[in-house]
Amino acid sequence: MSTLVVVQAGPNTLVQDLGRPGLAHLGMGSAGAMDRAALALANRLVGNPSDAAGLEILFGNASFATDEDVWIAIAGAWGSVTAGGRAVQPHTTTMLAAGETLLFGQAANGIRYYLAVRGGIETPVVLGSRSRDTLAGIGPDPLVDGQSIPIGPEPEAPIPPVDLVPVDAPTTGEVTLELRPGPRRDWFAEDAWHVLMAADWRVSPRSDRSGIRVEGPALQRRNTGELPSEGMLPGAIQVSPDGAPTILAVDHPVTGGYPVIAVVTDESLDALAQLRPGQPLRFRLATGR
Amino acid sequence: MRVLPFGDRAILAEYDSLAETMDAFRTLNAARPPGVRELVPAARTVLACIDPTQISLRAAEQWLRDTKAIHAVEGMSDSVTIPVRYDGPDLAETAEFLGINVDELISRHSSAEWQCAFIGFTPGFAYLAGPTGLEVPRRATSRQSVPPGSVGLAGEFTGIYPRSSPGGWQLIGTTDAVLWDETREDPSTIAPGMTVRFEVQP
Repeated sequence: MSTLVVVQAGPNTLVQDLGRPGLAHLGMGSAGAMDRAALALANRLVGNPSDAAGLEILFGNASFATDEDVWIAIAGAWGSVTAGGRAVQPHTTTMLAAGETLLFGQAANGIRYYLAVRGGIETPVVLGSRSRDTLAGIGPDPLVDGQSIPIGPEPEAPIPPVDLVPVDAPTTGEVTLELRPGPRRDWFAEDAWHVLMAADWRVSPRSDRSGIRVEGPALQRRNTGELPSEGMLPGAIQVSPDGAPTILAVDHPVTGGYPVIAVVTDESLDALAQLRPGQPLRFRLATGR
Repeated sequence: MRVLPFGDRAILAEYDSLAETMDAFRTLNAARPPGVRELVPAARTVLACIDPTQISLRAAEQWLRDTKAIHAVEGMSDSVTIPVRYDGPDLAETAEFLGINVDELISRHSSAEWQCAFIGFTPGFAYLAGPTGLEVPRRATSRQSVPPGSVGLAGEFTGIYPRSSPGGWQLIGTTDAVLWDETREDPSTIAPGMTVRFEVQP
């Protein structure tokens, strides 16, 4: 079995697959890759099942090496990535030779790279998933310099015969997320919904896998009472008593007591993973279905 | 009962009381249609998370509306007994607040049949609803670190801290029972709808 060596872990590198849904009633969120489509794409490029575990590399400035030749693919954030000094294009399949260094520079578009390795990362499965849940503290700890992590056996599927999958880079400009109404619109002042949809928002640097805070005008509440805690989901936009919205992400607490005004649609959810601090953000009401 | 929207993958049922919510959750959970991925009970609500490729939000809403909650009868739910040493640091103060003596508090807490309403706060932290007459406020200041196995009271609930965490519940006892173990197939000893009894341990 081959091994991936973490030469330089970077600011926050986590093992993630598609998570462990179905345990919210026991107090456990699903965790998993924040950008599900990026992990799935990287996996398919190396012939892995979409839900194999890979690495979620925040910001970059991380490097890896292997003891055997392995096929790799990168998706999600874009930045300068090299393997043995050669440039690695995103969304392509690349051979990382034994002893070569795979070096991730600072991400220029988006903030979370996904690295898939043919065979997948094979850290122990906990409750059906290898994902790190940063809130519950379950799954492998964030990776550290010098650590070795096991790579799984060759999957049956071959490397697919594609040179490059044309996927746009995450934008560095304004991002628009689609919303559907949440359960507690009636807890807010009459104009709060309009403000949410019309305002220019900005991604706060105080954002992580449990939630993306957004900066902008206060969403005034009509009902200032206390809401009994209720079930939450990734994408739910909770508003704290001072009117500040937070978009819950994959490691959110399973229940929460702040009213939810709106919920980001499933289709817009992956984009949360790539929001850069300070990036401009708008919301739009989803149509259809 | 009200049904409220929750984006494109979920729908929220809201009830008038904790008892009604618990009955509704138990009834809904026993007859989940395909495509309902998760049911997350809370104090007044049940969140139904769906797979839109298998069931529409409209059909899920109809199911929530049509389900007539059945009240629990004895022996209907799984049960677990938790041995407790009533040695918590807030035991005397809690009894005093309730206007009863410590023995009476222990007797009421350990003779009652509690039922898990929902889990929240940390994995495996069960909110257990039981007899009236044991309602106490949270502590004015939370403790920075409550040891695992601490048995507490707060509001209308009793609960057990599965792991060390900050906490504001009134601590009345301690158990050695393991409440959460992620290496087990059923990681949580207590699940919503289960009946829980406490057994006095010297």
